Amino acid sequence: MFLAQVHVTYKPSILDPQAVAIKNAMHRLDFDQVTAVRQGKYFEITVDAPTSDAAETQIEAICDQLLANPNMETYRYEVKELANQ
Amino acid sequence: MMKFAVVSFPGSNCDEDLYYAITDDLHEDATIVPHTATDLTEFDVILIPGGFSYGDYLRGGAIAKFAPVMSAVKAFAQAGKPVLGICNGFQILTEAGLLPGTLQHNRQMQFICEPEPLLVANNQTMFTAAFQDQQQITLPIAHGEGNYYCDAATLAKLRDRHQIAFTYQHNPNGSVSDIAGITNEAGNVLGMMPHPERAVEAIQGGTDGLLVFKSLLQAHLRTV
Amino acid sequence: MQELKTEPTPAEIRDQKPYEAWGLSQREYEYISQKLIGRLPNYTETGLFAVMWSEHCSYKDSKPILRKFWNDGSRVIQGPGEGAGVLDIGDDQAVVFKAESHNHPSFVEPFEGAATGVGGIIRDIFSMGAKPIASLDSLRFGELDKPKNRYLLTECVAGIAAYGNCIGIPTVGGEIGFDAVYDGNPLVNVMCVGLMDQADLKRGRATGTGNSIIYVGAKTGRDGIHGATFASNEFSDEKATDRSAVQVGDPFMEKLLTDACLEIIHDHSEILMGIQDMGAAGLVSSSAEMASKAKSGVTMNLDLVPQREPGMSAYEIMLSESQERMLLCVKKGEEQTVLDIFARYDLDAVVVGHVTADRQYRLYQHGKLVTDVPVTSLVDDVVEREQPKKKPARLENVQPAQTPVVQQPAETLKNLLAQPTIASKQAVFKQYDSQVQANTAVTPGSDAAVVRVRHTKKALAMTTDCNARYIYLDPYVGGQIAVSEAARNIVASGGIPIGITDCLNFGSPSDPESYWELDQSVQGIAQACERFDTPVISGNVSMYNETDGRSIYPTPMIGMVGLIEDVAQITTQSFKTAGEAVYLVGDTGNDFAGSELQKLRGQMTPIGQLNFNLDAEAANQRLVQQAIRQDLLQSAHDLSEGGLGVALAEALFEYQLGFTGQTELTNSQLFSETQSRFIVSVQPKDQTEFEALAGKQAVLLGRTTDQDAVQLVTADGQLTARSSELKATFGGALGCLMK
Repeated sequence: MFLAQVHVTYKPSILDPQAVAIKNAMHRLDFDQVTAVRQGKYFEITVDAPTSDAAETQIEAICDQLLANPNMETYRYEVKELANQ
Repeated sequence: MMKFAVVSFPGSNCDEDLYYAITDDLHEDATIVPHTATDLTEFDVILIPGGFSYGDYLRGGAIAKFAPVMSAVKAFAQAGKPVLGICNGFQILTEAGLLPGTLQHNRQMQFICEPEPLLVANNQTMFTAAFQDQQQITLPIAHGEGNYYCDAATLAKLRDRHQIAFTYQHNPNGSVSDIAGITNEAGNVLGMMPHPERAVEAIQGGTDGLLVFKSLLQAHLRTV
Repeated sequence: MQELKTEPTPAEIRDQKPYEAWGLSQREYEYISQKLIGRLPNYTETGLFAVMWSEHCSYKDSKPILRKFWNDGSRVIQGPGEGAGVLDIGDDQAVVFKAESHNHPSFVEPFEGAATGVGGIIRDIFSMGAKPIASLDSLRFGELDKPKNRYLLTECVAGIAAYGNCIGIPTVGGEIGFDAVYDGNPLVNVMCVGLMDQADLKRGRATGTGNSIIYVGAKTGRDGIHGATFASNEFSDEKATDRSAVQVGDPFMEKLLTDACLEIIHDHSEILMGIQDMGAAGLVSSSAEMASKAKSGVTMNLDLVPQREPGMSAYEIMLSESQERMLLCVKKGEEQTVLDIFARYDLDAVVVGHVTADRQYRLYQHGKLVTDVPVTSLVDDVVEREQPKKKPARLENVQPAQTPVVQQPAETLKNLLAQPTIASKQAVFKQYDSQVQANTAVTPGSDAAVVRVRHTKKALAMTTDCNARYIYLDPYVGGQIAVSEAARNIVASGGIPIGITDCLNFGSPSDPESYWELDQSVQGIAQACERFDTPVISGNVSMYNETDGRSIYPTPMIGMVGLIEDVAQITTQSFKTAGEAVYLVGDTGNDFAGSELQKLRGQMTPIGQLNFNLDAEAANQRLVQQAIRQDLLQSAHDLSEGGLGVALAEALFEYQLGFTGQTELTNSQLFSETQSRFIVSVQPKDQTEFEALAGKQAVLLGRTTDQDAVQLVTADGQLTARSSELKATFGGALGCLMK
């Protein structure tokens, strides 16, 4: 069993109004040293694959086809083996 | 009779509105087709309605693009027959790769429902031929993710090939180049955020939307 | 009877009294044990009794008062007691509507609280067999100078939009008011209206011994346990643990549930014996009420209930208020038909039990009988408590309100137009999809919203109303005014009022003054309803609207529906063209008690005597109705907060018109809130006919112009302003305050 931790974020060139709003809120709360905020989605996916490579292949395809829209988003992930229960 | 298919996904909520616009107001034939349908060849036009397909969870249209019916929609589009996606339908068409670009959250992060003044930027398409060139019209918008985005190269292409069909007169959502609706390169697929099916009778506040469907009817009558 | 080891035994419950924390009094506990079941209830049963005997489920405190409502009338097909009330609108069609409050959850978690408020009331509507066609939201918040109130407003609106827009039911209106008394206790009241063929009418009944009980929709989780008792207790700022009582809504699931249930109702009515929403107190209240209404019993196996979390106890499963769940009673042997339809919509549907003849309520879990009590003990035997009433001291020796001096009426008008309660709500309304279903003829912002009935000439007008400042001054007269103003809105839009629903938002019933206010308001509402032939067909009571011992103004929100026989008679509040003659219908006095002008002048708590005459109200409404029927009116607008000045300005904005005229009223009286008035506009060619019809009930004020100017000469001065400036003030105020 493998656990993939996937982060999907906007590409740096894309305006993220939600992140802008959050940054403004931080400034209103006097966290003046905040200079940038990016927001994204986080997924935990458990995969029953024979090897780490096989799990990664599946996760790569899932990110590409479903979780991220390549027009505006990028993704990164880590895959780790789950201890047997 | 011209035959319109209205594709209904789980969570679509403008499917009936489109059905009635075609049957009550255009007086043509319409069928609501489930997301599980695999053969759409009997129809003359496919309409992809607004709503929140699959709850719009993940992203608008991101899950709908995998519905069984989408293979049939793609085949239909590749055959050069007209496909019109409205609102969530536009989002589905971009997610499915039938139209370039993508639709982001509105600039001000709020859903907006209001009558929106538009310009018919290209009346030489099968969806807009019943309008005058550069005609000013008003159609309702109702979306939270209608902020059209594409990169500069794509935008240049859209302009060169006259793929921009409708533009906003007072950009409500931050769309690139005020874009409200675009076609594909071949001109047989149109995606638009405004709702023509909500402006087909005077009691709804205007009838400009009916001309989108009349354009399709005129194009169809020329081919038969 | 066997208990789970971790749960206290019946004897321990008797000795440790955990039921008191759940809102069940010792007297009630003893009555249940000794008189109703003849033994000590176990842990699960005690929980069921606590929630079923809460005010929120049983209305034990309010019932003696609610009986005073009038719910008769020739159109009534279903009055209070079911998911929603039903009225005949001709052509074998019916309108179904109800309003419900979600105040406490919306304070704790405003986005989800408001969203699930929308979801809950929608299920009540389609469970009757109706397609939901519109919803309206009546909201109250503290003043917007406090960041917390801006946050609550923004989040509640976002929650309503997120849920309502997704599910495809237009949010066509409602109203929003602001007053410091709602600090820490906002009101979120949602009204939903449905349309049906009378043949499709369904009720929440578990009839027919042996028939199956089917659970459908979202899985049951630990969310919202004791939400009903949560709503029946006062609020304390300190209890952060209350947070667990709020549920998260899934509008996508609700959409599927609506479509699937309506399909079964339309296509398989003969096998569907009953259907009910799992609302407050979830599975226990829906199943027990369905059995009670059918005079039957039910037996359910809780192991079959779809569960989101492992290890849930019977108590947790029964009391969970997870959203988007329905309970159906289906004819034995026909279950598969229903299960197949739900499967097509990807919904969990399971047969969890069956109807019995012996009127017992039995639950099994892990093979053991965990509950075995009479259905009647849960539903019908709840002991009503008529509470002591006391007239508040503030209502003794009330004097007429002072007439404020107005030297610069234009300035006063601008200030009133910028008051958040009066200012344009477009900044909020445009976040709601008001047009989906493509039937909305009048969008939010006019007196009443109008939705046409497709394939007929008819339309339905709908509105919500309540000026709580008036109720505070005189609950009886204030109640009459709330109904009358709603009726005025309906009449101004071209309709005949046909019925009401209500959300009675009050303080604690154990406070004799709150209880007196409730009693008085209900009587005032009832009297006005009889006068306007608008029966109360459904409603909801929300008491305990107190934070740290301080009550809100009593706020009985009235939701009214009107029938427009012909869409050609739909009328809006806006003057249409230059040159129309503008008339004021109804007499104007010095009525400043509870007025917005009084508040603007620093009298934050309303003061003074209310004047109201139900006969004058009825006469003026009849005149406007008749004039619309004779096609004499270009516009009609009800006068409410801010009086004539505000109403006149509002009527100019849509078509950017000006106005010039003259009146015998004083500067101050431009802002008097005398009830029972309208302004109407008439084309010059129709003036003679209108004046003949109106007689002394209407006076000519002046004419609309195409100038950017408002000029009104008064008895002691003149109002001069630019229409565009007034419009900018009116349009921009709320958006600015929300930032």
